[in-house]
Amino acid sequence: MENPLEHFELHQLISLSLFGVDISINKAVVMMWIACALVFGFFYLATQRRSPVPRRVQSLAEIAVEFLRGVITENMGPSGQKFFPFIATLFFFVLFANLLGLIPGSYTVTSQLMVTGFFALVVYVISLVVGFRLHGLHFLTILAPAGTPGWLLPLMIPIEIISQLARPVTLAVRLFANMTAGHIILIVLFSLMLTAPIYIGWLPFGFTVAIYGLEVFVAFIQAYIFTILATVYLGDAINLH
Amino acid sequence: MDSAAAALLGMGIAAAGFGGAGIGIGYIFGKMIESTARQPAAEAKVGKYMWIGFALVEAIALYGLVVAFIIMGLRK
Repeated sequence: MENPLEHFELHQLISLSLFGVDISINKAVVMMWIACALVFGFFYLATQRRSPVPRRVQSLAEIAVEFLRGVITENMGPSGQKFFPFIATLFFFVLFANLLGLIPGSYTVTSQLMVTGFFALVVYVISLVVGFRLHGLHFLTILAPAGTPGWLLPLMIPIEIISQLARPVTLAVRLFANMTAGHIILIVLFSLMLTAPIYIGWLPFGFTVAIYGLEVFVAFIQAYIFTILATVYLGDAINLH
Repeated sequence: MDSAAAALLGMGIAAAGFGGAGIGIGYIFGKMIESTARQPAAEAKVGKYMWIGFALVEAIALYGLVVAFIIMGLRK
């Protein structure tokens, strides 16, 4: 294969523009629709014919929802439950987008920095809005951790400002880089197999299978990390450290 | 030095960050085994944080990849 990054290039399927803004349909957009449809379909299936003794799909959905509720209570306190719809949407969309990308021939939406960057920006803006609404200007004390001696403040405040500003950036880049790197590794290993003669080609092929398994795991853990960090950031805004 | 060669060198050097992540992942799993050996009952609780830490360390290594991408984008 000539260029392992070729897979990540997006080409317009249908060119559209609205008021001068490019809203063309491309592979990523289609994959996002599919991810939305799958999340919706999964929960539609899970809530059909509900029973006190859950069947397979229903118990899977219940486990996922209870797990997310646990994460929220742990990181945001009981008052964080009103953010449950937002956090759950974020988690399931990122998870399904990650997993969909692992199907050969499909496209990983979360390997676009634009997508993850927008998620991270939304999380960060919501945390700022919530912080200022709950605490007013008192929210700015988040820049000076409790118990900081006065003479350290000129040093601590710039550091805290930088660490605050780094949050959305790292949140976005972490997901993007993990997804991109995983798929590049798969492509490189697989093209090694294709170019190698058969008596040695099985070796990179075996690695490809093993790394594929790791990628399935990474898809879950990155969705989990993204959600957990979103709850931590929102929890910081609610509880002020 | 040719600027194309320098870009390639820079992209290679960006991969050196994986060394640090290797040390970090080694620490995480080593400490996990150590703490489980001392307190087997805590395995589930420690394991959760281990995977979070693992993913965070792995992501830091991948920032090196992002640097390599940036260099690749800048090179003409």
